[in-house]
Amino acid sequence: MTTEQAYDTVDMMLNMGPQHPATHGVFRMVLTVDGERVVDVTPHIGYLHRGSEKLAENESYGQVITLFDRLDYVSNLNNELIFCRAAERLMGIDPPERGQYIRVVLAELNRLASHLLFIGTYAIDLGAMTPIMYGFRERERIQNMFESVTGARMMHNFIRIGGVKEDVPPDFVPRVRALADDVERGVEEVDRLLTFNEVFLARTRGIGVIDVPTALSCGLTGPGLRASGVAYDVRKDYPYEVYPYLSYKVPVGENGDCWDRYYMRVLECYESLSMVRQCLDQMEEGPVMAQMRRIARPPKGEVYVHGENPRGDIGVFLVSDGTDKPYRVKVRPPSFCNLVALRPMMRDAYIADAVAILGSLDIVLGEVDR
Amino acid sequence: MIGTLKGMLTTARWLLKRPVTAHYPEQHLPVQERYMGFPALLMDDTADEPFCTGCMVCVRECPTQCMSAQMHDNPKFADGTSHRRKIINEFEINLNRCILCGICVDVCAFDAIEMSYEHELASYARTGSRADLTLLLDLGRRYVDMSGWNPENPEKNVAEVALAKRAAAAAAKAASAGDAAAADEPSEEEE
Ligand code: SF4
Ligand code: SF4
Repeated sequence: MTTEQAYDTVDMMLNMGPQHPATHGVFRMVLTVDGERVVDVTPHIGYLHRGSEKLAENESYGQVITLFDRLDYVSNLNNELIFCRAAERLMGIDPPERGQYIRVVLAELNRLASHLLFIGTYAIDLGAMTPIMYGFRERERIQNMFESVTGARMMHNFIRIGGVKEDVPPDFVPRVRALADDVERGVEEVDRLLTFNEVFLARTRGIGVIDVPTALSCGLTGPGLRASGVAYDVRKDYPYEVYPYLSYKVPVGENGDCWDRYYMRVLECYESLSMVRQCLDQMEEGPVMAQMRRIARPPKGEVYVHGENPRGDIGVFLVSDGTDKPYRVKVRPPSFCNLVALRPMMRDAYIADAVAILGSLDIVLGEVDR
Repeated sequence: MIGTLKGMLTTARWLLKRPVTAHYPEQHLPVQERYMGFPALLMDDTADEPFCTGCMVCVRECPTQCMSAQMHDNPKFADGTSHRRKIINEFEINLNRCILCGICVDVCAFDAIEMSYEHELASYARTGSRADLTLLLDLGRRYVDMSGWNPENPEKNVAEVALAKRAAAAAAKAASAGDAAAADEPSEEEE
């Protein structure tokens, strides 16, 4: 009796973050561990809270775009696009076709850049130092292209309500073609290096498995959900911009484990490249900006618009009271909603896998905390 | 095991290639043509004064409220050497707060402000990033030298051209004195 009491074990609380390098920002998890196993996990967020949604209420529509740049700071153009689409829907504007093609090319390139960053940092989370070099090399090429088109490497403020800021430079098409070829080689290289590496497989196969019902009830979207086997992609299911004119596959995984979530992103890189090439083929000369007043002043009303970000389904709920400033801007950030799935994924995992699971969700704290 | 070897091989292949990174402080990569660095004010050489009339549109539209401007009556307008009735007196941009969004350039109707190529303006003092009119005009001059910038709307904004146009319009008016069709030239500055 007494001996049993002496060996009685208790769960231990283990704090991870907010300054932990593997959390990709300032994110804190409190793990409850039983020996090597994680029993429970409580995420603590808010360290990067800037009040973007509230700030947006005091800025004119044109200025809010700069705030959206800073939500998911590795896929800025996708964020700009979603806000501009919401405002356009409210105002009943249809951007000209060339403008839409330019937007989609840039958004897909941004998706590539974001996924390359994920592949690199995910490998580094798992102890592989090389892939991040390859990932960043290709990402650098894409950002150089952005710099020559939008003038900035990250905070572009290029997609505007009604179209894009200005037409692309004259050598845009050949340059993007060359870029697509280069990046494709780069992605293949990382793919060869990492995807079927034994150590990598051992660290990710069967780790952090999430089944479809749990994933759906957690609100998981994007590559995370597709890895579990649900072919949900906003670009396919609720087409917007010129996506219906493009042919592409939606990669779907089987097991819903970390490896699948990683591999979905690699496959999406190839799909994005093919989409960029198709856009370049289909693009025609024309205006890039719709005819409208310089200061956007949508009529009274509200609208919810969503789209596919690299991290999942981003939504914007926009309420206008008829002035030049939005009455309310609510963002459904994919990273934040994906974080809900952290607990079911982590349950019963080893502590050593916690980083692998968190990394596979690919959260961006700028978006989680807003 | 095979995967590891394959990975090693890929890595080894890169050992002999040229490095792809630039070593920053020693080596500066050129910026692209459209690069948006810190905003800078431009100088109208034909009248030897800035383009900026201090209309405050950019100050109002800046999302971070990092600019301030003050204008006064332009003495050169009285001389007849400039078409700008008002001219900027003081202009300050707090470059610490500027987010390089380019909105100020978009809204300026006087070709007075541009995003320069300047991006290395770090300083040791907190106030070191407050750019005043002199610095902004210096940056603007450097930008014009580097980019070969030309005003988008010279008829309206370049003093020489605008004055010549005005003089021509006045001459035409005088020539067809009393002609009703002369009211075709609205005054363009409502400052
Ligand atoms: S909008 Fe142009 S002219 Fe007006 S204050 Fe700004 S820089 Fe000067
Ligand atoms: S670039 Fe943007 S933040 Fe900077 S001064 Fe101009 S409007 Fe303000």
